Amino acid sequence: MAMLEVNGISKSFGGLQATTDLSFKVEPGEIVSVIGPNGAGKTTLFNLITGVYRPDQGDIRFEGQSIVGLKPNQIVDRGIARTFQNLRLFTNLSVLDNVLIPQHHRLRSTWWSAVLRTPGYRRREQQMHDLALEKLSFFGPRLMSFRLHQPVYVLSYANRRRTEMARAMATGAKMLLLDEPSAGMNPKETVEITDIIRRMRDEGGYTILLVEHKMNLVGEISDRVVVLDYGQKIAEGAYQDVVDDPKVIEAYLGKRAQDEADSEAAAGGQA
Amino acid sequence: MTGLLSYLVFFLIQALIYALVALGLNLQWGYTGLFNIGVAGFFLVGSYTFAVLSGPAYATHLGGFGLPVAVGILGAMAMAGLIALVVGIPTLRLREDYLAIATIGIAEVLRLVALNARGLTGGSRGAQSIPRPFQGLELGNVASNLVFLVLVAALVVLVYLALETMVRSPWGRVLKAIREDEQAASSLGKDPFRFRLQSFVLGCAIMGLGGALNASFVGFVAPTDFLPILTFEIWAMLIVGGSGNNRGALLGSVLVWAFWTGTGSIAQSLLPSGLQVKGGALQVILIGAVLLLILMIRPRGLIGEERTVSREAELGGDGRT
Repeated sequence: MAMLEVNGISKSFGGLQATTDLSFKVEPGEIVSVIGPNGAGKTTLFNLITGVYRPDQGDIRFEGQSIVGLKPNQIVDRGIARTFQNLRLFTNLSVLDNVLIPQHHRLRSTWWSAVLRTPGYRRREQQMHDLALEKLSFFGPRLMSFRLHQPVYVLSYANRRRTEMARAMATGAKMLLLDEPSAGMNPKETVEITDIIRRMRDEGGYTILLVEHKMNLVGEISDRVVVLDYGQKIAEGAYQDVVDDPKVIEAYLGKRAQDEADSEAAAGGQA
Repeated sequence: MTGLLSYLVFFLIQALIYALVALGLNLQWGYTGLFNIGVAGFFLVGSYTFAVLSGPAYATHLGGFGLPVAVGILGAMAMAGLIALVVGIPTLRLREDYLAIATIGIAEVLRLVALNARGLTGGSRGAQSIPRPFQGLELGNVASNLVFLVLVAALVVLVYLALETMVRSPWGRVLKAIREDEQAASSLGKDPFRFRLQSFVLGCAIMGLGGALNASFVGFVAPTDFLPILTFEIWAMLIVGGSGNNRGALLGSVLVWAFWTGTGSIAQSLLPSGLQVKGGALQVILIGAVLLLILMIRPRGLIGEERTVSREAELGGDGRT
């Protein structure tokens, strides 16, 4: 059974058709990338899966059960967590707090258990702390030691991205939706994050759906690639097949460039 | 000398009652980002509930249950919390602006109800002879005030400690997360509505506690005690002291109340008799000027929200990423 199954979903905002009859699947343990030009509907797709928007038509199934109509917090409970393209960290709170917060919905936290300091409360706090460190350690020493207690607003952009990924992992989700995980990172950091995403799958056991613009990252780690343009799927398959697809080249480079390439090829053939 | 001391006791009781209310508001605004501008309304509910539950039998309006002071106080908190629940359920699902509109409206509605529902509240003449705790001991005036001060101070400490524990708990971390970014909080599995409702009801119950103590201390409640200016005063206390910090709420309450009463007596002694009546307006202008000053010089208040930077970082941890 596919872990995530998107079946013919459509979504329009007023007159704008943001997503049209889109279908694809993600199998457990896969890394699938969604690519496409700006405005192709990649982030809209994430918002549809995570319950920020509700599709006008179609169904989204997670582990066989429909998640359409659930609230974002209920979808996290089912096991899908995400990061945001523009980062949505709690900037005034510390790195550690950011990674502790998502755990509370699994370990019940009531205000009165904190006032009474029940033994269970203390034990849960310790568990949460340990799990937070485990997730942060995916990024090596970058978020550890003194960084743990720094407020997020002093962190570099790249470290904020890492914190947000650790936070998504700390929800206890099985599937992660990463929206441009390497945005704002230099080439060296991009290589590093590529490796970390792979380790998140191999060692962490996460199934990953990601939106990304950096093609070297996409090519390096994707089992499959889904290409969107104007809200429609125009190609799907292995990275090499997809990037050679004329429809994909057209979506990225435009029709004329393709026409010219064709006519050049034709001219070359005649000569 | 005794006059000054007894005034000090009197002053502190009032300041600490406001401190309780400011602590309640701090939970809502400082930690959860709930814009409650109907503080006076929840203070009113606490005051009247206490008067009805613990007050003597009144000839013209509800009362005469003669319940112990402690029961009256708990009842006042419960009633203020209940009203908060009724206001919160429809409004806290919406964007924050709606809570502001709803609370300012409900506070005025409650005041007008208090003014007009004579059978319930005594109308414009208010409710009198509201008891103090330990009234049976027949203490003198000074001793009675002292006992009351000890009681209020103990309650402030209790509420402060409880709130401190709560905001440092996982529950408090979620409140702050919702304040920072609601969409992110819900993308991490939190239902913002549920947490906001809890914070709102709890904060309003603490305001009700303040109202009950005030009614008990003054011995008299009337609708004019709950004008919107009261809400403004409490907000000024929280902003001056530093919202998002419970010690800030305490400090702000004492300072602003000192400033408020101080300017009142200065205006009284300096202004010519013809302008005495306008002294109150002068007070409001001055407190407004103080607010502006604070917002310009220390926008986070005198002691703002505690920073979570570690000591190592402050000692100059390297700036690399």
